[in-house]
Parts: sequence; structure tokens; C-alpha cells
Amino acid sequence: MAQVSIRKVVKAYEGGVQAVKGIDLEIADHEFVVLVGPSGCGKSTTLRMIAGLEEITSGEIAIGGRVVNDIPPRDRDIAMVFQNYALYPHMSVFDNMAFGLTLRKFAKEEIRRRVENAARILDITPLLDRKPKALSGGQRQRVAMGRAIVRDPKVFLFDEPLSNLDAKLRVQMRTEIKKVHQTVNTTTVYVTHDQVEAMTLADRVVVMNHGVIEQVGPPQELYHRPTTRFVAGFIGSPAMNFIPAQVENGSGALRLNLPNGIVLPVPEERTARYTPVAGKEVLFGIRPEHLTEPKNLDRQNIAVFELTPEVIEPMGMETLVHLWLQGSEVCSRIDPTTPAEPGRPMQVAADLNHMHLIDPQSGRVL
Amino acid sequence: MSATTAAPAQAQIYHKAGSIKNERRWAMIGAYIALAVFVVFFMFPPFHMLVTSLKSSAEIADLQGNPWIVRSPTLENYRDLLTQGNYVLHFRNSVIVTLCVVAITMVVSILAAFALARMRFWGSSMLATGVFLTYLVPETLLFIPLFQIIGGLGLYNNLLAMILIYPTLTVPFATWIMIGYFSSIPKELDEAALIDGANHFQMLWKIFIPVALPGILAATIFAFTVSWAQFLYPMAFLVSSENMVLTVGIVSDLIRGDTFQWGKIMAGALMAAAPPLLVYAFLMDYYIAGLTAGATKG
Repeated sequence: MAQVSIRKVVKAYEGGVQAVKGIDLEIADHEFVVLVGPSGCGKSTTLRMIAGLEEITSGEIAIGGRVVNDIPPRDRDIAMVFQNYALYPHMSVFDNMAFGLTLRKFAKEEIRRRVENAARILDITPLLDRKPKALSGGQRQRVAMGRAIVRDPKVFLFDEPLSNLDAKLRVQMRTEIKKVHQTVNTTTVYVTHDQVEAMTLADRVVVMNHGVIEQVGPPQELYHRPTTRFVAGFIGSPAMNFIPAQVENGSGALRLNLPNGIVLPVPEERTARYTPVAGKEVLFGIRPEHLTEPKNLDRQNIAVFELTPEVIEPMGMETLVHLWLQGSEVCSRIDPTTPAEPGRPMQVAADLNHMHLIDPQSGRVL
Repeated sequence: MSATTAAPAQAQIYHKAGSIKNERRWAMIGAYIALAVFVVFFMFPPFHMLVTSLKSSAEIADLQGNPWIVRSPTLENYRDLLTQGNYVLHFRNSVIVTLCVVAITMVVSILAAFALARMRFWGSSMLATGVFLTYLVPETLLFIPLFQIIGGLGLYNNLLAMILIYPTLTVPFATWIMIGYFSSIPKELDEAALIDGANHFQMLWKIFIPVALPGILAATIFAFTVSWAQFLYPMAFLVSSENMVLTVGIVSDLIRGDTFQWGKIMAGALMAAAPPLLVYAFLMDYYIAGLTAGATKG
């Protein structure tokens, strides 16, 4: 049993700056939870409070049902993997991994068994006698993970473990981390600023901003049903387009007035939901993949209009087109075979089944 | 067109600079000449000491002949020093004092530096600066008040006084060096150790000391040099020959009035220079190996 409970946790620094402003989060046993957000959002501070490396100003953190506020890190039964690996430079890989067990006075054979087992899981058995400086970045990160695995802790904590690796290795290690989690099945809290990492790894993603939790949910839910403008914009790459719009009530059917004189009909099933904001200014949110070359025109709620491309970015499997829309730019994802040329107006189709409307004042998705 | 004009210009540049191999050879030749000049310059005094120590008193006093050449080499100065008088006693005293001072210095400065560099507490950065400032007070000013303290403690003319007061010179600077080294150790390393289950003492013993070994050796060499070569305090606080350390012992025992026993003084000084030489020779390898190992990332 190793669920983690965070209840009304606040972290304030001297001078009154609040890094974490009273968050609540329940992490279930065996769950892989990713805290994601921009720098300074409080995600690392939260993780460090779980680890016991930062004091909790107020509130309560419990690991496996035991409140750990005043328990030092070594007695919390957690293991942590750091961004810069934090391997002990004077110790061999074996000793690095064995260090925690040695301090806890495990028997020699038990230590050897556990280290060798972890080395096998991570595929670093041939490296056990090397010093960290003789390892590549990816190998060091494996050793850091090995150091966590051998302890067989209640909770794994990862603090941006892949940020120091190059792009290719990062993808590889990401898969590796997921594999390890599937093998050892330990409750994991993982901090990253990279939403792709968050989406690919997490059972549940926690999006944080300015010290508060914006939204918690499985990756798909966050992607398709964001509750705030921040989450809508943060999750997904390229980011969701936000276009200022006005909702107009025209004889029972709602319409959206966009810049450039574009008028979009609001899908019928959403009329009730959006009627309260009729006549108001809102933000129309749509993801680039729902703003494409005209296709699926037989489906309902596809609106076609004309925009002018400014920049074309071929990605291989798709092409990103940045279109000019009165002062702002919107991004569209089109098929690479569709002709597009900067400066030449083209037809784009918006799939309004996937549209979002956001209240610009509160930032809530309506 | 542009290609044809560029080619000769490039060739000219390469011609002017000469080959890398050639340039490197000249750099090496220059470096060796400069080093040779330095070595000759700095080896003159020890060489003169060695030559003089191998001469008899009569030969030293003889103004005829080349002073850089020994006509009839003798080891009598060395033999006399080691068999008569208090030289061996002085040597032993110096060893005792230095070993104790180095031990005290390292224990105090490592603990102090660890606390000042890592356990952020109120006023810790001010204290760290304060530690260094105490090093700036000249010993020539300190020995007067110290005289009263030593007298009050009843330690006048006692070796123990040296063991107590040398650290006032060595601890501040050694602490300062160690603070620098400890501060350069990434914070995540202590956090990893804390999570791995280490308490602060284990963290210091198993992580900080091994990782900061080059710094610790630098501080050790410093403490050793300072206490081995210290002259003012023993001069002021030690009066009887059997309590003296080498630095003052040689001067007070081998100079009687205006009679300088040059041969013995040089032999004594040469033998006194042996321990620092050995310490440097042994520690320097580790020291430099440690420095270069820490220089690259990781």
C-alpha cells in the first residue's frame, strides 16, 4: 500500500512568496502520475516536499497512509532520480546502486542480488565496475534509476530525469522508464516540463501553473476535454489555436463571429451549453489537427473558409501551415500532398465537433 | 572568379603561419628554455646549502678557491648534528607539533566548512567571511595577546602551546579552501545521499570527504607547510633548547654570539627541508590527479 496523499499543501518562502498554494492530490497505489507545467509552476517543489527535501509550510503529505511532514527523507521509504543524475563520482556503478542498501545494513549477498537484478532490468550489467565519469548520459541515467530500483521503495520520484539527454536518447529513455514501471509497478511521481513526456508516460497527468493544480486527468481527457485555457494551450504540440470571437444568437441557432468576417455555426448539440454567453466576447479554441484542408465534408459541423498561409513547415508525415488571421496567427495541420504556398489564399476546414469556447476573463473552458 | 582569387590568398595565410608541428616544436623549445632558467635560478640556494653542508669549517672559512666547489667533501656536519646536540630532539618536536596541528586543522576545518557550506543557518555566510577575515590579521600582531593567553594557561616554553596556537593560522585558511570545495559539490549529491538513508555525518564521511579529496589534500599541504615552517611563535614562546622546534632550534643552537656554524646550519636546514619535499612528492600526484578528474563535467 503506497498511495500518496497531498492535502492542502502550501509552500511559502521567506518574504511570503508562495511556490505552492494549497494543492490537493490523491495518488493511488501503483499509479504513474506526472506533474507537468512551465518553470516556476511549483511542480518540482511539490515533488521535493514529497521527498522531504523541502519543508511543508502548511498542509499534510501522507505516504502509504502515514503522515510524513516531520519525517526525514531517509525514513520516508522513497527513492528519487535527479535531473543531473547525482551519482556519487568516487564510487563504481555497483557501489552507487548499493549505497542506500549498505547504509541500511542489508546483508552483502542480498545487496549483490538486488543490484544485479536491477542491473539486468536496466541492461547495465557490463557497467557495474565503471565509475560514473566513464558513462554516457543515458547510462548514467540508467544507473540513477538502478539506485532507485534496488531500494524497492514505496514511491519513485523523478525530477525531470530526461532533460539533460539529447532528443533521441530522451525518447528511448522515456520508453525505458515506462517499461521499468510496468516491471516493478511502484507508485511513481514524475516531474517534467515536457508535455509529450507527460502524455506518453502518465496514467494521470497533473497540470500545474502558478502554484496551483489546473487540471488532473488521464492524458486523453486532458487533451480532449481541457477545463482551462492554460491546459488547453499547454497540452498538445503545436498548441491549440485561440482566436478571439463573439457569440451571436441568431434566431435559435448560435453563431461565432471570427476576425476576417468569418462566421461559424455552433453545432446544434452545444447550443444549450453556449447560450449563456451569447453576445459576449470569447476565445474560440481549435487544435491544428482540426483545422485542415477541406476533407470529411460529408460529416456534420465542418466549416470551410479561406485564409492566407504565411509560413509553411513540412514535417514529413504532415505539413504545418501558419495562417494569417487579422493580427494573430493560427496553425493548421494539413496533408503533405495538399498544395499550399505562402501568400496564396487556401481553403481550410474547421472541425467544429472539436471546438472549445473559453471565457477570456476566468480562463475556464465553457 | 572568386574561387580563383581565394585560393592563392589562402595558401599565403597557411604559408605564413607555418605547420602546426613546427609551431608546436617552437613552443616546446621556448617552454623548456623558460623552465630551465627558472630551475637554475631557484636551485641556486639549495645547491649552495648542499655544497656548504659538505665542507669542513676550515674549508668554509677559506676565502681561496671557488665557493661552489667542494674540495674535500665530508659528512661530519651531518654526523655531528645527528649524534651531538639537540637537533634530533628538535626534529622530533617539529614532527609532533606538525602532525598534531595538521590533524586538528583538518578535523576542525572540514567540520566547519561542511557546516558553513551546506547547513544553511542564520548568519552562515557572514560567519564564512568572518573565518577568512581572521586569517588576514598578521601573526606579528597576534603574538602579543597570545603571549598573555599562553602565559595565563601556564604553557610558556611548552610544545603544547604550539599545538594550540598554530591552528589559529591554519584553520581559517584551510576552512576557506574547504568551503570552496564543498560548495562546488552539486546539491543533488547530498539530497541523493539523504534519500539513500545517510545522516549528515555519513554524508560528510562517505560523500563529501572522498569527493573533495583534492581540496582536502590542498588544505593538508597548506597546514603542513605552515606549521613546519612556523618561526615567529616558537621564537616567542619557546626558550629552552630541548623544547624547541627545528626552525628556531637550528638558529639558536648553531649560532653562538657571532659564531655561525655554517656547515651545520646548512646541513640542518637541508635535512629539515626533507619532510616537506617528501609530502609534496607523494601528495602532489594525488592532488593533481584529483584536480583534473574534477575539472570535466560529471
